[in-house]
Amino acid sequence: MQVKRSPKTYDVCIIGSGASGGTAAKVLSEGGLSVVMLEAGPPVVPARDYKEHVWPYELPHRGAGVGGRARQGLEDEFLAPNGAWEIEGEPYVSAPGSKFRWFRSRIVGGRTNHWGRIALRMAPVDFKVRSHDGQGDDWPVSYEEVAPYYDKVESYIGVFGTKENIPSAPDGIFLPPPKPRCTETIIKKSCDKLDILCIPSRLAILTKPHNGRPACHYCAQCGRGCITASNFSSSQVMIPPAEKTGRFTMITGAMARELVVGKDGKVAAVSYIDKSTHEEKRVHARAFIVAASACESARLLLNSKSTLFPDGLANSSGVVGRNLMDTVGSDGGGYFPQLERMPAHNHDGVGGMHLYLPWWKFDRKNDFLRGYHTEFGGGRGMPGVSDYDDLCDDFEGYGLSLKRECKSKYGTYIGFAGRGEMIPNESCYCEIDPAVVDQWGVPVLRFHWKWSDNEIKMAKDMQETYRAIVEAAGGIYLTKTRPDGPHPYGIADGGVIIHEVGTVRMGERPATSALNQYCQAHDVKNLFVTDGACFVTNADKNPTLTIMALTWRASDYLLDQAKKGNLGA
Amino acid sequence: MTISRRDILKSLTLTAVGGSVLRVIPLEAAEYAHRMVQAEKAAGSTYTPKFFSAHAYKMLQSLCNTIIPSDDESKGAIEAGAPEFIDLITSENPEYQVALGGGLMWLDNTCIDRYEKPYVDCTAEQQKEILDQIAYRKNAKKDPSLGQGIEFFSFLRKLTADGFFTSEIGISYLGYIGNTYVQEFPGCPPVPE
Repeated sequence: MQVKRSPKTYDVCIIGSGASGGTAAKVLSEGGLSVVMLEAGPPVVPARDYKEHVWPYELPHRGAGVGGRARQGLEDEFLAPNGAWEIEGEPYVSAPGSKFRWFRSRIVGGRTNHWGRIALRMAPVDFKVRSHDGQGDDWPVSYEEVAPYYDKVESYIGVFGTKENIPSAPDGIFLPPPKPRCTETIIKKSCDKLDILCIPSRLAILTKPHNGRPACHYCAQCGRGCITASNFSSSQVMIPPAEKTGRFTMITGAMARELVVGKDGKVAAVSYIDKSTHEEKRVHARAFIVAASACESARLLLNSKSTLFPDGLANSSGVVGRNLMDTVGSDGGGYFPQLERMPAHNHDGVGGMHLYLPWWKFDRKNDFLRGYHTEFGGGRGMPGVSDYDDLCDDFEGYGLSLKRECKSKYGTYIGFAGRGEMIPNESCYCEIDPAVVDQWGVPVLRFHWKWSDNEIKMAKDMQETYRAIVEAAGGIYLTKTRPDGPHPYGIADGGVIIHEVGTVRMGERPATSALNQYCQAHDVKNLFVTDGACFVTNADKNPTLTIMALTWRASDYLLDQAKKGNLGA
Repeated sequence: MTISRRDILKSLTLTAVGGSVLRVIPLEAAEYAHRMVQAEKAAGSTYTPKFFSAHAYKMLQSLCNTIIPSDDESKGAIEAGAPEFIDLITSENPEYQVALGGGLMWLDNTCIDRYEKPYVDCTAEQQKEILDQIAYRKNAKKDPSLGQGIEFFSFLRKLTADGFFTSEIGISYLGYIGNTYVQEFPGCPPVPE
């Protein structure tokens, strides 16, 4: 097969267009470098692809999906397109005894088209866990070093919140928060009784016009993608300023296969498959930023074997694919009789919680190490498929009594989602499956996964906390979990929370890490891995804001290196 | 990524997450299909089922109407398009085809055994008698032969609720207010104690 070479050598090639790739594209192209980006999916056209303000009855499947398949999963027919637990022709494998779920987006902007917009800073202690409790490893950067970049990201993308001075949840640069919903005032009151912190959440949603983008119009549909760009997505907020520089080239439908190393030991090109023609093509650049999402980035490095790098690129330490982490997730919910008496009112708000529970037990000894935060929601949202599955099973019967029961229980449930820190362990990693390739001929990942006792104890604490909050509010806790079985205390399978990180971790020592504190490979100086793969730990904070801050920092470093002439010819 | 409010609520029902492909339906295609269904309805007011036979579809309509009937507050599951919705997703899902197609046949067979008539030809009293038996799980303890009927009815009840409460009629019946542009979110009216 003939390999097509692009005639030009760009300054930087970025692989992946999500939170990390988008940030790098903006910072580097605005900094004067020529940038080419490879994205494995198609472009996104918000006015065409986003189903904002669409009612369920305007879709033939009412949101249930073809064959009703969306009824039982996290998949949602209304979501922004091209995110899926399974992608046809692009399999992955869970090793025997392991269960790992991998949510991938193939589209410009990646998972930022539909993410939860939760934008939490990691706390100072989160960067120095080993010094604090002896487990895991410290990051090679401190909160103080990353904080200026949290400032830059928040100032640019717009995040609402409030100054609270809570050690586990550092304040940022905030737009004003929206007023609480009814469900949130009830939970706040209950948390106050129990001395649990409950504060305005911190979401990348605009409550005021910001940097040329209009304010939120409170339709609660951020997950569908926002046509007015009033929340953050890479496709709408990071890629457009890069395009404006005239130094940015986007190549969509490009499945990166291998990073090609020159005789000098630096990456010279990336080989990719043009999905529209099935041709193998190459792009040349002076520096490469891998930002394909944590596991996809590890896969690309592991698939980039050469005589110089027989175990995969930037993997002399053997850590690539190791240190795989997700967030500890356990959910619960309850029924609140006082909500039955609420008059009908608009309860939509932003597409996410207006209040949340930061980690509040940081000042005492607990049954487990580290902590978790809690997201919650419910109330009088837009009705959707499978909303009444539980009620139908509990109430049974048929006819007017069933119909009226559904009406009186509408909007009376509040659900809680615990999101906690996992301590990395030897049993959680991904590697190249020796036998399986995807439809593009690229070897696929095989996942290994096992929760440790610390995570299970944390899930137990989540369940106990949510029961206490529901009961203190006069509600009935409905979630039943078991201490054993495949999901002790309701703990979600690995990958399900979609916070997978850590597979190409940074560190001070090249023997135990792949990257330095600027996301630059110890082994290959013109290679950077800036997505969640670079994480050393996975604090209870949702990773996206930190991914963007670390990418911005790495991009500034790369710009500085370019100015010093260190990018090479 | 973090799950949405809807997902949080949905997760209350989740023990295991299903592993299906998210089929993306571009908006135009969805609107086109919607218009097709509307046009079909307008044309002859007779919908041609995609999966169910004419007889089975008549039964399905009758059962949907019984599960969520109209009353003085709102119209019911038929007017809300629940049978069309159920027919559409069943036509695309072999498991639903067995569960619902087979379930309807079970009901007919049982009615023929008991009343010597298929379900739709039974009297209102006979229909009520059999439905009262398959509408509650506890009845399977007394009479295990009802088990398949109970499973079928339990599934159909959920799909009928889906079809009704995702319709314009059902959403308005619940009193959902929203899906619109709001300048400033007003917050919560006083919560009754």
